[in-house]
Amino acid sequence: MSPALQITLIVTIVTVGIAVIGYFGFKISRSTKEMGTDAEEATFTTLHHMSVAVPHLERGLTVEGAAKSAKALRRLLNCPVLLISDTRHILATDAGIEFTADLEEQASEAFSTALATGKTQVKRLSGQDFVAAPIMVGNQPVGTVTALTPRAGAGFVRAVSEVAVFVSAQVSTAQLDENKAMLLEAQMRALRAQISPHFIYNSLNAIASFINTDPARARELVIEFADFTRYSFRRRGEFTTLAEELEAIDRYLLLEKARFGDRIKVSLQIAPEVLSTRIPFLSLQPLVENAVRHGLEARPDGGVISITATEDGMHAVISVEDDGVGMDPEQLSSVLAGTTVNMHVGLRNVDVRLRQLYGNSNGLIIDTAPGAGTQITLRIPKFLAPGTASIDE
Amino acid sequence: MINLLSALALVVVCVTTMLIAFHGLRLSRTTSDFYVASRTVRPWWNASAIGGEYLSAASFLGVAGLIVLSGQSGLWFPIGYTAGYLMLLLFVAAPLRRSQAYTIPDFAQIRFEESKSLRKITTYLVVVICWLYIVPQMHGAALTLSIATGLPGWLGPVIVAAVVCITVVSGGMRSVTFVQAFQYWFKLAALVVPTIFLLFQVIPEQSSTARLDSIATQLESVAGLNLYETISIILALLFGTLGLPHVLVRFYTNPTGQAARSTTVIVLGLLSVFYLLPTTLGVLGLLYAPQLGGNAETDATVLLLPSAVLDGFLGDSLTAIVVGGAFAAFLSTTSGLVVSLAGALSQEFFAGTVRGFRISTVLATALPVFIAVVTSSLALAGAIGNVFAFTASTICPLLLLGIWWRSLTARGAIAGMLTGAAACGLALMISSLLPEVDTLWFHMLRQPAAWSVPLAFVVMIAVSRATARSVPANADRIMARLHVPDRDSAF
Repeated sequence: MSPALQITLIVTIVTVGIAVIGYFGFKISRSTKEMGTDAEEATFTTLHHMSVAVPHLERGLTVEGAAKSAKALRRLLNCPVLLISDTRHILATDAGIEFTADLEEQASEAFSTALATGKTQVKRLSGQDFVAAPIMVGNQPVGTVTALTPRAGAGFVRAVSEVAVFVSAQVSTAQLDENKAMLLEAQMRALRAQISPHFIYNSLNAIASFINTDPARARELVIEFADFTRYSFRRRGEFTTLAEELEAIDRYLLLEKARFGDRIKVSLQIAPEVLSTRIPFLSLQPLVENAVRHGLEARPDGGVISITATEDGMHAVISVEDDGVGMDPEQLSSVLAGTTVNMHVGLRNVDVRLRQLYGNSNGLIIDTAPGAGTQITLRIPKFLAPGTASIDE
Repeated sequence: MINLLSALALVVVCVTTMLIAFHGLRLSRTTSDFYVASRTVRPWWNASAIGGEYLSAASFLGVAGLIVLSGQSGLWFPIGYTAGYLMLLLFVAAPLRRSQAYTIPDFAQIRFEESKSLRKITTYLVVVICWLYIVPQMHGAALTLSIATGLPGWLGPVIVAAVVCITVVSGGMRSVTFVQAFQYWFKLAALVVPTIFLLFQVIPEQSSTARLDSIATQLESVAGLNLYETISIILALLFGTLGLPHVLVRFYTNPTGQAARSTTVIVLGLLSVFYLLPTTLGVLGLLYAPQLGGNAETDATVLLLPSAVLDGFLGDSLTAIVVGGAFAAFLSTTSGLVVSLAGALSQEFFAGTVRGFRISTVLATALPVFIAVVTSSLALAGAIGNVFAFTASTICPLLLLGIWWRSLTARGAIAGMLTGAAACGLALMISSLLPEVDTLWFHMLRQPAAWSVPLAFVVMIAVSRATARSVPANADRIMARLHVPDRDSAF
């Protein structure tokens, strides 16, 4: 090794060493200076232990969360053993001493009485006491915090009770989240696109008009109608593939063509790579229906609906376009905001569902103006994180 | 030596690639027939597309170079590159498709919903693997450019990066499986034509038995790899293919798990056919190696061979074809990798927005260009072999155990992947700093796969056993989803 290199190396090592020592020295001196009085320190320690215990309980009383928070809570109460249970079993035990099967049995008895009475219980053994305090959600006990201590005084019992109250608050929040998720799920079910009554009425009328003149066509149309309704009434799954949705749109358009004849033309440009992408069930058909109903129906000479689907990195981009009468953007935004009803309900429905599934930035993108046609674009991630699609399967 | 035809071929390939990118959408069919529009990508097309993206600088130039360099043991590389797909077929293809995952981090997230850190670590590993994989492509581009046109080598990586950035950002090239499938057939043709001409030129020269003898002696005379290195390379290539991000992404295009399997079988066939060519060229290279000009880099064998054997216009035009094929290889593999990489980066740091994807694309190409320009080229096939070893020690255990072992835990997966990454990465780094010596220790550092892959598996299993309590509650449901054959009507 050349001398110059050696010198450089030594200088580097020394500089880094000084920097590291200086950094830690500064941190330590600052932290002791700021600690303040004993009382302040005690408050700080308590709050710190509490804040360590909190995040683990945000999913409610789970085995993993309980294990982590039990550790923090035992340090907070400064007792040899702390355990968290649900209404039947011990979820987690954090012990500084050997936790024997015998002790476990005693603990079970202690928290069972606490659960039964809904009040903090003290169970005295020889030389050590169990203090069990119930975790209440609403008026129902859902679990307990149980601590073992050599001699349980009134102060310790009160401390355990307070910890249990604190844990109760956290678990209640978790249940609130769960309720919120359930609410969302119910809302999703309600939003699931329904087949429009107009469409049923119009289709049946169109079919009726063919029964005498062209019975074979009428029969075909009835079968298409049956297949389309079966698709839209199916119960299973919030998702479908783009290929299946296109099939449903095909049936839908066949039925509409029975009414409009050749006034509706369709142009498709689908990248085969995105056909197997999972998209929300009935998320495109309402857009096509909107194009027919509000774009082309009003024009005597009809028009063209183009459906395109392309790949864009992690997303599939699907758009439905018509060259019909277009919409007033002002009116449209009030529809999407939910302040106007009746018109374009299907659009709003799809928009809300997309936002719930894929986040607020992934709703419908609509380009339109009166007389200029309408283009509606969806940008759908190819992969949907599990958990968000709770009603799947 | 400036060869006008080669320069022309290079420009044509780059310009064509960009034109396809800008007008890519026009290639997809416009129809009013729903039945036609809903036809999914057939396994044949998909397999060709995978071949087009997979056959990189290492396959196109490196394999022949390695045969010249290390004789018959160089043959293990094409065998390993192909046989990896057998492992993919047997263990990963169908379950991965059924999992609905688009990328490897997606798979980690499906298997372990709770663990955010596992997804993060997997993402970072994918990023590292992509970067490591892109650098040799850039080296190949530098080598090809300087040999074909005499221009300074650093221009090669810059051209490839620029073309890839433009094509990926404009987004056209990606949507067309057809284009990638065409890449495979183009690369195949770019090697078939010169090989046939060279064989016709060489065969009449001597009586065939004498020729075979001379090939055999040539192959054996070159100092090859020892037993340990051979085993290590085979392990790395077999298991490394299982974790290649740009290959796995393509499986999402298959409509069902069954289609994923058919695709893989066809890929096996396509690759087997392709690798006949660089192998033949490598053997021819051995025969003509002295004429190729002493210490010229062996990776350039395929590029130099046509003009070494044939004179004049014919030699020049064959060289031009090979140069075009080589650039197509760099461009297609790099763009596949950049798309995977940019996808992972944009998902991780930019919440998957369009703008985020564009920024990520630039980031994804800029760093490898920089690395490629400041470092010198290793043997291409060897450099890619190292990437396979790294993938085999990190992503492969996650996929294999994640698919086939229900007791895997998130912590086990993290521990195993980090151990594999550290062991393999450090070994490769240290071996590149040490002077070359012929001891077992050095070989173990230079080809770490034989011990780092089992180590990653062992750590993953041991830590999972130790944290057996945290096996996800939905493990059985997910396993069922991965392994139960698809219903006829999807989902």
